[in-house]
Amino acid sequence: MTDQSTHRVVILGVLLFSLLATLLGRLFYLQIVTGDEYRAAAESNSVREIVHPAVRGLILDQAGRPLVSNRTSMVVEVDRVTLEREPNDGADVVARLARTLGVSASDIGDRLKNCGTEGAKAPPICWNGAQFQPIPVATDVDTETALAIMEQRNQFPGVTARLSAVRTYPQPFNVNAAHILGYLGPVTEQMLEDQGDSTEYDRLRRTDQVGRSGLEKQYDTVLRGKPSVTTLGVDTSNHVTGTISDKPADPGEYLVTTIDAKLQAVVEEQLVKAIQRAQSQGLPGDSGAAVVVDVRNGHVLAMASYPTYDPSIWVGGVTKKQFQRLMASESLSSNAIQGLFAPGSTYKVISTAAAAKEGFSLNAKYDCPNQVTVGGNTFRNHESKAYGSISLARALEVSCNTVFYGLADDMWKRAGGIDAARTAADPVAEVAKMFGLGSKSGIDLPGESTGRVSSRDFKAANWENKKDDWCRNAIEGYPQTRKTDPKLADYFTALDKENCADGFRWREGDAMNAAIGQGDTAVTPLQMAMVYAAIANGGTLYQPQVVKGIVSGDGKVVEDIAPVVRGKVDVPKSAISFLKRSLPGVTKEGTGRIPFAGFPLDEIPIASKTGTAQVTGDKVSTSWFASYAPANNPRYAVIMMVTQGGTGSETSGPSVRAIYEALFGVRGTTVDPSKSVLVGGVPKKSLPVVRPDGTPVTPEGKYSGVKASSG
Amino acid sequence: MSGSIIDVSSRTALPGRQRGILYWRELDWLLLVSALAITAFGSLLVWSASRSDMAAANDPQSYLKKHLIVVVVGVALGFLASRVDYRWLRAYTPIIYIVAVLSLLLPFIPGVGARIAGARAWVDLPGGFTLQPSEFAKIAVILMLASILSTKQDFEDQPSDRDVLAALGAAALPLAIILVQNDTGTVLVLGAVSLTVVAVSGARTRWVVGLIGGAVVGILVAIQVGLLKQYQVDRLTSFIHPSANTDTASYNANQARIAIGGGGLHGYGLFEGPQTQGKFVPVNESDFIFTVVGEEFGFIGSALLVLLIGVILWRGLVIALKADDLYGRLVASGVVAWLGFQMFENIGMTLGIMPITGVPLPLVSAGGTSMMACWIAIGLLENVRLHGKREALRG
Repeated sequence: MTDQSTHRVVILGVLLFSLLATLLGRLFYLQIVTGDEYRAAAESNSVREIVHPAVRGLILDQAGRPLVSNRTSMVVEVDRVTLEREPNDGADVVARLARTLGVSASDIGDRLKNCGTEGAKAPPICWNGAQFQPIPVATDVDTETALAIMEQRNQFPGVTARLSAVRTYPQPFNVNAAHILGYLGPVTEQMLEDQGDSTEYDRLRRTDQVGRSGLEKQYDTVLRGKPSVTTLGVDTSNHVTGTISDKPADPGEYLVTTIDAKLQAVVEEQLVKAIQRAQSQGLPGDSGAAVVVDVRNGHVLAMASYPTYDPSIWVGGVTKKQFQRLMASESLSSNAIQGLFAPGSTYKVISTAAAAKEGFSLNAKYDCPNQVTVGGNTFRNHESKAYGSISLARALEVSCNTVFYGLADDMWKRAGGIDAARTAADPVAEVAKMFGLGSKSGIDLPGESTGRVSSRDFKAANWENKKDDWCRNAIEGYPQTRKTDPKLADYFTALDKENCADGFRWREGDAMNAAIGQGDTAVTPLQMAMVYAAIANGGTLYQPQVVKGIVSGDGKVVEDIAPVVRGKVDVPKSAISFLKRSLPGVTKEGTGRIPFAGFPLDEIPIASKTGTAQVTGDKVSTSWFASYAPANNPRYAVIMMVTQGGTGSETSGPSVRAIYEALFGVRGTTVDPSKSVLVGGVPKKSLPVVRPDGTPVTPEGKYSGVKASSG
Repeated sequence: MSGSIIDVSSRTALPGRQRGILYWRELDWLLLVSALAITAFGSLLVWSASRSDMAAANDPQSYLKKHLIVVVVGVALGFLASRVDYRWLRAYTPIIYIVAVLSLLLPFIPGVGARIAGARAWVDLPGGFTLQPSEFAKIAVILMLASILSTKQDFEDQPSDRDVLAALGAAALPLAIILVQNDTGTVLVLGAVSLTVVAVSGARTRWVVGLIGGAVVGILVAIQVGLLKQYQVDRLTSFIHPSANTDTASYNANQARIAIGGGGLHGYGLFEGPQTQGKFVPVNESDFIFTVVGEEFGFIGSALLVLLIGVILWRGLVIALKADDLYGRLVASGVVAWLGFQMFENIGMTLGIMPITGVPLPLVSAGGTSMMACWIAIGLLENVRLHGKREALRG
């Protein structure tokens, strides 16, 4: 080998190593010297998502009728990135689009502004979504207009028309059910915060609609499904570099509720009638609720609240003004599960069971004077009527307060009277809690109230919470009120002095008031329905349930939700059977007699209890009618109440009767189960069928509930 | 030509056991360990680059698994290449050459060939593997040129003009076919390799100067007379003014440099590079794999990779210098030129100092044929070294 060859190998080496040195130098320059610039460029280079929400699942009634469905709406969307590449930032395109859609250009401009930027309107007008997502500027555009836009693509760069699904309410039998169904609204900041830095493709996004109340909220994830997400790589100059991933949508699942649309419609109508009945007596009758449950499993067959609202108002978003109007009308919350009311005499079933538990004879006679006086206070019977010495059953029938005052007084004294320890026996409150009062019923709807049970313990706890305020007011003497009304200030001050000093004491009068469902006790109508259902079924406290099954969009049963037993009411069997024996008497010859005059009670005996609960201040009493039927083989519990509605019998009673007539198919004095509002006379055992194409099989003919086509 | 393929037995045969001990003791361990280290590092980069692609499929590791199979096959082929009898290799070189040139024609057969990124240089194999015959052609050309240029008479100090012409002819045939395949990158590498082998053979200086001049003129003429299509010119020149436009050619160059530059001193960390995981850099498991090390391991990781390459080149040059015959030296320098120029072209294009052409990063990029060919090349370097050691032992 020649020297020349060796030299050339060396030259090769020198050449290669200088190339490597060049690479190192270049690397150093790129990564160390100018690295920060590139890092910034890498960060503005990013992944963008095009998200289309899945079609939301339907909500069906127990017979398969859709209560909430979807319709398609033609949506015109604008891709801002494309638009901004046009001359004048696309002002001409926007003007042309506005003319075609018949709106003003500034309307479209408002929709294209990011929320929170200068000059942006409040949501839902401004855009809350991602930069790269096409922005909807018009919904429910007619097909012709959409076609005009799509056919002249060059005139409308960045504008597309797309079909999207929006909620619609088929309202079989004109049913409303707003408080059960709930509504959709934009996702809240809190919800976005709660999911942290999730990068899951099915995470919530700022543009998402989520259930904000009712079933839509409770079962939001089931109904929502999973969106289709196309992830695009986008470089610094907004060029799409490619599709990184493409996830198809997973449609939402269907809820099968325990609600029967036809029954619900009757219950809603009857609640309104009860309200009107109160108002025709010259009473305010300002709100009310009605509940029908299946006592054998806790299924809620119908549940209505007054006042109500039109759920379709939420479709497409409400403005701040609309929302304020809704809030002011107090129609958004459900009186059936959120409203808290003194139960009045309907609570006497609990006092009766407590007395039985304490060993009082259920068959003995008790004195029913027109009033009793304890510690200088007079406690009266309703209308101050005296019945003499009567049986406990009769005391329930005529709703004799003084009999229950006597029982409560005896129990209070046995427990140790005024000096009893906080933990001393409090049988009425204990039994009330066994029946589920003072705790959430566990219904599958959001926002349920807990309620309160008036008791020795509650009073002590309440005093601990409020004594600081009371004592301060007792010392200060209401200086503000005193300026205008010194007498009232004196009264308040005296009251607070007393409360501050010994507001923790469970007095004799407290115990007596509690026994007739007055005082601090407050219940939801649903809680009361579950009390009567538990009596009807022999002492089983079910967890009320609105959804009994989940079915996939192509008809497969995803989940068959079984009834849940909350507990057994631990009172002597004889007490429950005594109540079951006695309550039909209320309807036959007691306070519930008048509204059920002429009802075929021999065929369908009705167990009931009326209530006319006193309310503090100068408000009119609350009308209650609690019941279950058939008393000899109980199936349904029906509760209705109207605030400031007068007596239970006069205001709520007739409506409860009408509900039973609808349930059992009563026409005058004849019973015809084929005339029942329920298909086949009873709630369906099996889940309704959903066809593979997603349409549910619904009842035919008079049971279909489909509105005559009106547009 | 007695004995088996991987038999070093000859006139003065060493006992078998001694041969085995000799092999493992005299192996260039630094070369082997560096090559293994680069391959292992490369597998990690392939994994990082491919897992987001493969996420759509059920197994994000499927691409990595395929790569590891290829690595095992490649290392095995390298072992064979290191043990093959030198003289046998030389005797069979014409056959290897002919087979390699013929296989270059396979991609043109309809139903067999596959076109990737505009180049018709691949053959589909069962199991989702592809074969790139031009990778093996690089080995064949090195062996063929080494063989032709080392057959000179002992008294001559340099190959005759006839030998040089024969060698150039042997290089020109596959070069022409690869040019037709539209695989510009391989043409450049193979040209540089041929030039190196001719130069190291001791050919007259005018040959070397003439060839370099010819290559430069050739490229200029090709551009001038439109032999190269406009997009090829764009691709070759986009590195000069990368930010001027955002079409695909300079897009690739821009994104690659954003990835590497953004890596900074120590990088984003494995699987954490936004450019890499977001698939902003195209084909970052093969041609643009250097962007992965640049972004995720930063300057430290990139420099380490370049230094490991440096170790391989250094060991290869030492082997070439110490080779006990011209054939061995030519094979070794050919391999060093191949690995060196191809690495420079590949890394240089991601750094924006070389035109963008589709050549893989040796020992690192995913792509079965390249991996196997590179390990055969490492095996050949070891073979040349062992040959010298054996000859020295025989005295």
